[in-house]
Amino acid sequence: MEEILDLALKVSEAAEVFWASSEETPVSFQANKLKGIQSKQSSSVYLRVIKNGQLGYAAASGYFDNQKLVDIAIETAQFGMPGKFDFPAPGYFPQTKIFDSDVEKIPVSEMIDLGQRLIDPIIRSTQGILCDAGVSKETISIRLVNSSGSQAEYRKTTFGLGVGGTLIRGTDMLFVGEGQESCHPIRDAKAVTEVVLHQLELAKNMAAAPNRQLPVIFTPDGVVSAFIPSFMAAFNGKVVLQGASPIGNKLGETVFDTRFSLYDDPTVDFAPHSRPCDDEGIASQRTALVENGKVQNFLYDLQTAGQAKAKSTGSGTRGRGGLVSPSASAFIIKTGESTFTEMVQDIKEGLVVEQLMGAEQGNVLGGDFSGNVLLGYKIENGEIVGRVKNTMVSGNVYQLLKDISVSREAKWVGGGVFTPHIFCPALAVTSK
Amino acid sequence: MNIREAGHQLADIISKYDAEYIDGHLEESQSTSITYRGRDLEAIDKTAATGGNVRALVKGGWGFVSFNSLEELRTKAQQAFDQASLVSGGDAKVGPVVAIQATSVRDIKDNPLNIPLAHKKQLLDEYNEIIWSTPKLQTAVIGYGDSHKKYLYVNSAGSFIEQERADVMLRVTAIAAGGSEVQQVGLSLGSPGDFNEIKGLHDKIKEMSLRAVDMLSAPSARGKEYTVVLDPILAGVFIHEAFGHLSEADHVYENPQLREIMTLGKKFGGPELNVVDGAAVRGLRGSYQYDDEGVPAEKTYLIREGILTGRLHSRETAAKMNEKLSGNARAINYRFPPIVRMTNTYIEPRSISFSDMIADIKEGIYVKNWYGGTTSMEMFTFSAGEAYMIRNGRIAEALRPVVLTGNLFTTLQNIDAIGNDLEMNQGGGCGKAGQSPLPVSNGSPHIRIQHCLIGGK
Repeated sequence: MEEILDLALKVSEAAEVFWASSEETPVSFQANKLKGIQSKQSSSVYLRVIKNGQLGYAAASGYFDNQKLVDIAIETAQFGMPGKFDFPAPGYFPQTKIFDSDVEKIPVSEMIDLGQRLIDPIIRSTQGILCDAGVSKETISIRLVNSSGSQAEYRKTTFGLGVGGTLIRGTDMLFVGEGQESCHPIRDAKAVTEVVLHQLELAKNMAAAPNRQLPVIFTPDGVVSAFIPSFMAAFNGKVVLQGASPIGNKLGETVFDTRFSLYDDPTVDFAPHSRPCDDEGIASQRTALVENGKVQNFLYDLQTAGQAKAKSTGSGTRGRGGLVSPSASAFIIKTGESTFTEMVQDIKEGLVVEQLMGAEQGNVLGGDFSGNVLLGYKIENGEIVGRVKNTMVSGNVYQLLKDISVSREAKWVGGGVFTPHIFCPALAVTSK
Repeated sequence: MNIREAGHQLADIISKYDAEYIDGHLEESQSTSITYRGRDLEAIDKTAATGGNVRALVKGGWGFVSFNSLEELRTKAQQAFDQASLVSGGDAKVGPVVAIQATSVRDIKDNPLNIPLAHKKQLLDEYNEIIWSTPKLQTAVIGYGDSHKKYLYVNSAGSFIEQERADVMLRVTAIAAGGSEVQQVGLSLGSPGDFNEIKGLHDKIKEMSLRAVDMLSAPSARGKEYTVVLDPILAGVFIHEAFGHLSEADHVYENPQLREIMTLGKKFGGPELNVVDGAAVRGLRGSYQYDDEGVPAEKTYLIREGILTGRLHSRETAAKMNEKLSGNARAINYRFPPIVRMTNTYIEPRSISFSDMIADIKEGIYVKNWYGGTTSMEMFTFSAGEAYMIRNGRIAEALRPVVLTGNLFTTLQNIDAIGNDLEMNQGGGCGKAGQSPLPVSNGSPHIRIQHCLIGGK
């Protein structure tokens, strides 16, 4: 890496080399049976240069020639955007814990056993259900050096397990599922299977949804499928800079219900999206995006912060080809007072939405969502009475979150979002 | 070591194992990406990658190892074999494997990597300028990507296939804002390697920029059932999402209920409805001669005259269902094993013109273009980038973008008119099992669907 940096500095003013390698072992089950074991090794190197004030990039996986990599970066810099930042000097990183050597030590045989324990209780409970399951472990190593003398290096382990069930009766299909992810090994399959068994229980009966405005409770999974895509865009400093975020000019204004607070936090110990620094070597931090309804900040990487005359929030993330752009690491939504059960009890007629399909396909930037309820339940007189289908819910995130209540319970969904249940008093429901 | 040398080495190594089936892939690829966001070019980037994988089927279980380094291929093959052996008691299988030797198979129109970066940038600058000269337009995103790949496949039956693949992709999004409203209009195009196919879009981009601004003041559709007419792009997305995924045999083969639903010979639509998928349809983004399991490409009728007549297979699903191979096993790159995927999927044209199709609609919705679509087998949703009311046989006022949803089985039956104007949409990328975006194309003539549910207030 240092050699690439040296070669690059012979022909450019400033440079940065980022190296990532990973080793992943997924074990997969299909249709209730063990299907296969994989092992995926990969390593990539990403070079970024500033030449005549302009940014250039090159990336390579597998075999490559150091000089060729430098040549490509210099070639692209001819057309590159003016660099609005300096590579960071050495600094202090938070001591967030993200490595557990136990993950590496877990034998494949134990992972196979775990997968079986994810499936068995579900197929025992429900005749005819077909389960797919996955158990996966991964170790990643990151190194970064730049021409300002900064060096960053860390290793992270992640362990994930998940199970999904499909139950088909006639042409009716029911989908249930749950998963967990951590930097620790997860050995408790029961915590996952109990969620799925509960979903199956609630979905046993069918219920009809009417065609009108109804109160709706979004479960944590429902929050992720309905609201999170819009937040990902709206709080992205790049979208704000373009003027395409509906809240981009609302800094310091109360836009949401005062019960709504949203943070980006990559510093939670052993959370799978945590990291000591971002992919540009900026220290990770907890960033308040919304506090008590008031918009507090947006997410920036170095370049976007330079353009917006803001400070990087440590949100620089490498995407395809190693290009850096700001991205949320982990969204944390603040919990509230009432319990989920109390929320349900307060509703005379309404819905619980667990999974929306197609919600992210609409005008995400504008906050509009419209989705088919893939898994959701009908509430009548304070009780869940059954599952709804052929039902769409539509709304606008910014309208809806002006008046909500938030539950006391919360959970991690997919490792990247920690959220409570969110209750919305009126949402357009269309049913067939 | 280049991939051809490595390929011969790997072919030799895997021929020595006592396994039902082993295959290996090696590839060398190069790609370019150029992004504009806002007024300026945001990033320009070139990437090179070398890598490969070995996959083994031993006593009914699969092992798979992927890697970047072409060294120590023997160790990697052994690891795949060992993993597969650990999956004891599996019941995976493949049918008889015909050995195929083919070198220099070129499924591309051109190698876009040969075009200088300056030319690519020049064209994108012109498009960007058009968007920015439109009043009230807030911002734009332009994403251009191209790739070229040398791709080598070997298997334990003695196949050795060397292919060259290329792809060009352009996505332009114009974003208009006014008050607290934001609306966007997008355009996607692609080609199996020919940069010329994304040239000359100046008028189209002008028109879509104006439309994004108009949408700010457009009303929303009222949510209910309508008679809906789909343009070729959206109808293509519909047939890909709603039906195509269900034709992928890996969804079906281990699922007795779904097998029952998808029994060949069942009636799925009216006698006018023909649906095709095939990589053997030449010159499109989903075209190739051999799939990623070394199986020759086909053209498969999924529905013929309304009757379910075929489905898409990998070696494994074809063997399990005792059906013919279709050449639909594809992997997005060497990091993934091949799975059953679509290629070029379309509804065949019939005889009705667009104006006849809308002539007797009193109140309906005409939907065009797309944001995307997903499916959960039975249910699908797809979103239209443009929508208009149809009133008394004419296209009337523009609407905000709408989301359509429905049940596949009833919706296919509800197609009551198929147009004469087939167009293929080359701008799509398909995602499945974490492998996205895979180059595909889809298409259709205009189609009319009765009783289609539109979301809204």
